[in-house]
Amino acid sequence: MNSIMDIIDGLTAWVGLPEWLQSWVHAGSFNLILVIVITVPLMVAVAYLTFAERKIIGYMQARIGPNRVGPRGWLQPIADAIKLMFKEIILPTNANKFLFIIAPILSIGPALAAWAVIPFDDGLVLANVDASLLYILALTSVGVYGVIIAGWASNSKYAFLGAMRSAAQIVSYEIAMGFALVGVLMAAGSLNLHDIVIAQSGNFTDWYIWPLLPLFFVYFISGVAETNRAPFDVAEGESEIVAGFHVEYSGMTFAVFFLAEYANIILISALTAIMFLGGWHPIWDIAPFNWIPNIVWLLGKIAFFAFFFLWFRATFPRYRYDQIMRLGWKVLIPVTLVWIIFMGSAMYLTPYGDYFH
Amino acid sequence: MNSLKHFVKSFTFWEMLMGLGVTMKIMWSPKNTIFYPDECTPQSYRFRGLHALRRYPNGEERCIACKLCEAICPALAITIESEQREDGTRRTTRYDIDLTKCIFCGFCEEACPVDSIVETRVFDYHGEKRGDLYYTKEMLLAVGDKHERQIAADREKDARYR
Repeated sequence: MNSIMDIIDGLTAWVGLPEWLQSWVHAGSFNLILVIVITVPLMVAVAYLTFAERKIIGYMQARIGPNRVGPRGWLQPIADAIKLMFKEIILPTNANKFLFIIAPILSIGPALAAWAVIPFDDGLVLANVDASLLYILALTSVGVYGVIIAGWASNSKYAFLGAMRSAAQIVSYEIAMGFALVGVLMAAGSLNLHDIVIAQSGNFTDWYIWPLLPLFFVYFISGVAETNRAPFDVAEGESEIVAGFHVEYSGMTFAVFFLAEYANIILISALTAIMFLGGWHPIWDIAPFNWIPNIVWLLGKIAFFAFFFLWFRATFPRYRYDQIMRLGWKVLIPVTLVWIIFMGSAMYLTPYGDYFH
Repeated sequence: MNSLKHFVKSFTFWEMLMGLGVTMKIMWSPKNTIFYPDECTPQSYRFRGLHALRRYPNGEERCIACKLCEAICPALAITIESEQREDGTRRTTRYDIDLTKCIFCGFCEEACPVDSIVETRVFDYHGEKRGDLYYTKEMLLAVGDKHERQIAADREKDARYR
C-alpha cells in the first residue's frame, strides 16, 4: 500500500504538478485504491453468490445444480458473465433512454457505496462516518429508485406493475427497518457502525441479538423484503408479471440489476451481522475462537445470513400482495414499536437498563 | 384457545421453521440427478424412439409397400410411393417419415405385417437445420442396419406378448 502511494507521489512530482494538486491526487488515489480493494472482492463474492444460490437451491430441490463448466461447475459464474456481456442491450420503443440506462446504475451504485462505512475489523473501515447508520438507511432507500425508474422507463405494462408493487412494498418495509435500527441506536447510543460493534464486544452473550431479539427478526425480514428476494419478490413475480421491473432489460443492463440484487443480499447480511451479531467479534473471547482473525468471523457471519436468503428462496412460496402489506403494517411495525417502548421504559425507568446496553 | 395457539404459532414462525426444516433435510439427502451423457435411465425394450426400416438376414428389405403404416399414421407423417421391381415384387421407391410430424405412437410398427418399420431405442438424435429431421428411405434403412442386433433382441423379448 505504502509503496504504491510512493510511486504515485513520485509520479506526480516528476510530472511537476503544483503542490495543492499533488495532495489532491494523493488523497484521491489513496481512496480509489481502498475502494477497489473493497469492490473487487465484493464483485467476486457476488458472482459466486449466484453460483452458491444455484447450487444450494439445487441441493434443496434434490438435484445437483450447475456442474459442467469447469471443475464441479466453479467457472459457471464466469461463463454467465461472459455470455451476458456479449448480449445486445435492447432499448424498447418509446422507452425513456436516459432513465432506462440510468436505472441499473442507480440500483447498483448504492449497493456498492454502502460498503464505505462497513467496519471489517477494529479500525478497518474506509470511512468512519459518525452517522453511518443514517448513511446506510439513506443509501438502501436510494437503491429502490433504480427499480422504480426501471419500471417507469421501460414503457411496458408489466415493468410498470412491478415497479408499483416494489414501491409500495419498500415504503412499507422501510419503516419497520428504520424502527429496528432505532432499537440498535438506543442500545448502542451511537449512529456509528464502528461504535455499535465496539459496544457489542465480549462473548456472544453481549451481542444485540439477545436484548433486541424481535427487532433482529423484524430487521432481517424487512431486509429480505428490501432486496426484493423470495418470498417478497412480487416486484419480479415471474409467474404473474413475467419478470416485473426488468422484463425489458437484456445483456449487461440486466446483469447489473442482478449484481445489485446480490450485492444487496451481501450488504443486508453484513449489516445484520454488524448490528445484531457483534460484527467482527468472535463467538467466545477465549483461546480457540479468538485465534481466528476477526475479519474471518465477520465474513463467516455474512455468509451465514446470506445462506438464509438462499434457504428462504428454496423454501417459501411468494407472498400474496395483500399478505405482504399485512405483514409489514400489521405485524412488523407494531412489533418494533412495542419493543422500542418496552426498551425505552426498561432502560430509563427500571434498574434492569444495563441489560439493554 | 385456538386463537392463542394461532398467535403463538405465528409469532414463533412455527410453520416457516417446519418448511425450512424440510428443505434443509432434503439438502442433505441423496440426489436423484442422472448425469445424462455419462449415465442413462433404464429403457424398456418397448421404447419408442427413432424409426428404422429392417432387412431380412439375406439383406433383402422387409418392406412390401402395403402402406398400412401410412394409412394408420395419425400424424400423417409417413409418405410412401411404390413400384414393381424387375423380379416382380412390389417395393417402395420412396419411404419418408417426417419426424417433426411424428408423435411416436408406435402404430406404424403395430400395423406392419412384416416387422419392417420399427421404432428403436435411439432417442438422442438431432437436426441442425430445417429438414434434417425428414428421414428418407436410405436414412431409415441405415438406422436399421446400424441397430439391427438391438432391434432383433427387443422384438424377441416382446414376441410372446404379441
